[in-house]
Amino acid sequence: MNSKITIAGVEFKNPVMTASGTFGSGREYGEYMDLNQLGAVVVKGVAITPWKGNPAPRIAETYGGMLNSVGLQNPGVEAFIENDIPFLRQYDTKIIVNIAGRTIEEYCQVAERLGEVDVDLLELNISCPNVKEGGVAFGTDPFMVEKVTKEVKKYSKQPLIVKLSPNVTDITEMARAAESGGADGLSLINTLLGMAIDIYRRKPVLAMKVGGFSGPAIKPVALRMVYQVNKAVNLPIIGMGGIMTGEDAIEFIMAGATGVAVGTAHFNNPRASLEVVEGIQKYMDTYGVKDLAEIRGII
Amino acid sequence: MCLTKEQWKNKKRVEILKNIEIAQNVYKMDLQVGEMVKKIQPGQFINLYCNQGQRLLPRPISICQVDEKREILTIVYGVVGKGTREFAQYQSQDKVDIIGPLGNGYDELKKEQHSILIGGGLGVPPLVELAKRLSGNVEVYLGFRSDPFLVDTFKQYTNQVYVATDDGSYGYKGTVLDLLNQKKHVKEQAMIYSCGPKPMLKNIVKWAKEKQYPIQVSLEERMACGVGACVGCVCKIQNVETGEWEYRRVCKDGPVFNGREVVWDE
Repeated sequence: MNSKITIAGVEFKNPVMTASGTFGSGREYGEYMDLNQLGAVVVKGVAITPWKGNPAPRIAETYGGMLNSVGLQNPGVEAFIENDIPFLRQYDTKIIVNIAGRTIEEYCQVAERLGEVDVDLLELNISCPNVKEGGVAFGTDPFMVEKVTKEVKKYSKQPLIVKLSPNVTDITEMARAAESGGADGLSLINTLLGMAIDIYRRKPVLAMKVGGFSGPAIKPVALRMVYQVNKAVNLPIIGMGGIMTGEDAIEFIMAGATGVAVGTAHFNNPRASLEVVEGIQKYMDTYGVKDLAEIRGII
Repeated sequence: MCLTKEQWKNKKRVEILKNIEIAQNVYKMDLQVGEMVKKIQPGQFINLYCNQGQRLLPRPISICQVDEKREILTIVYGVVGKGTREFAQYQSQDKVDIIGPLGNGYDELKKEQHSILIGGGLGVPPLVELAKRLSGNVEVYLGFRSDPFLVDTFKQYTNQVYVATDDGSYGYKGTVLDLLNQKKHVKEQAMIYSCGPKPMLKNIVKWAKEKQYPIQVSLEERMACGVGACVGCVCKIQNVETGEWEYRRVCKDGPVFNGREVVWDE
């Protein structure tokens, strides 16, 4: 059974990755699992300078999911390069760096700097709902999606994956815009914009009032979007949104995903992504799937 | 360094020995946790996961006490939402998933020094194991709204336990800070250990600064992962010299911080 996959010329030992922002740079969950067994670690968003992030509370639990408004707190690209790349390179797994910016120039600067170091792919974060500038402001306008993709692509040495926001009327329009801009792949979905209210305090639970909704509750939406985007463009897709098990991952692959990312599930089970790896393998063994290409996009 | 298989931490399914209400909406749960008890520092917490699958996130609950011989870990928690309401319904012999111990506990002083422990409400439980382990002169000040708990437990470890309640139903009528101010602290050196609601901690830190006592505070925040990965549970920590601050993770960098470095504006 072969669970290897290839995205933009980069080979991954299996399709399972960690969703950006849920896994830091792997250090914390590396105490709970063997990072060597992951297809890739997708690190938390990195900007050109350190970002403080949003005030607390940043977390609210909801039925079958959660909201976050972390706001891309990160130590900046230099601290990331110094501390996290040497850590991750101890492991036999691919490194995908999620890049954040307030302006197109900032995204380009991060991409250019990362071109000088040993990472495998870049993931362009134009879909974070928790920051005022950059983030989802770029990801909800097809003109901007194409423009920022095209610009960042000029500065990227590594293949560029564009991470799409579900907070749009028609996600295929954004996918096509990224494709026109020269994206080497797409990852979807980022979180859905949501809200929770504490009725006893008569206030929103989150300090920022609204935040990104994730977890198994959003899986049907994510799956539908992966399915639609797979029909609309000719790019490899990293599918994510509520994946908790190997079966969930197989659904995304059948909808057209090449890679799959596990995020919020880690908060419920630190070994969630490894269990997804094992679950995919078990499905392949049980149902005689020799290569994931056999079932990819069959729906 | 990469960890070997034997060193990986993991979720552990453990048995509940006892789960009883000890004050209004406050429960004490004894868990049979095995060897984990040996690693625990006072002030650390565990992630307690709900058995109801729709509640994804673990609840961070501070460790109240451990019984090393019998390998029992005791937590005391308040019913404050859906998850803790679920916990309150668990019976003895039920099983729950936990991870721990997590976070950094209190720095314990060397023997024979003077310690003042100050707890408020649900901030009282993590001070129990600390009181047990500290030697020397240990004073304990506890504040509650009305219905006190764990007072007798503290009395096993020190005869200097003072209690304040907002409504005067037990002990001194007023806040724990009022109670502290009633006492004359003439000792030149003391370490303050505190845990409780933020407004209380803010006032206690101010009091400690005036007295020039060093102070360690344990903070609480809404968490997701509990292990430092998601950066969800932050507090503002400043460099006292420069006044510059940054958000630090309560779960991984704390929950115990130097009280003077915490920025209390929110």
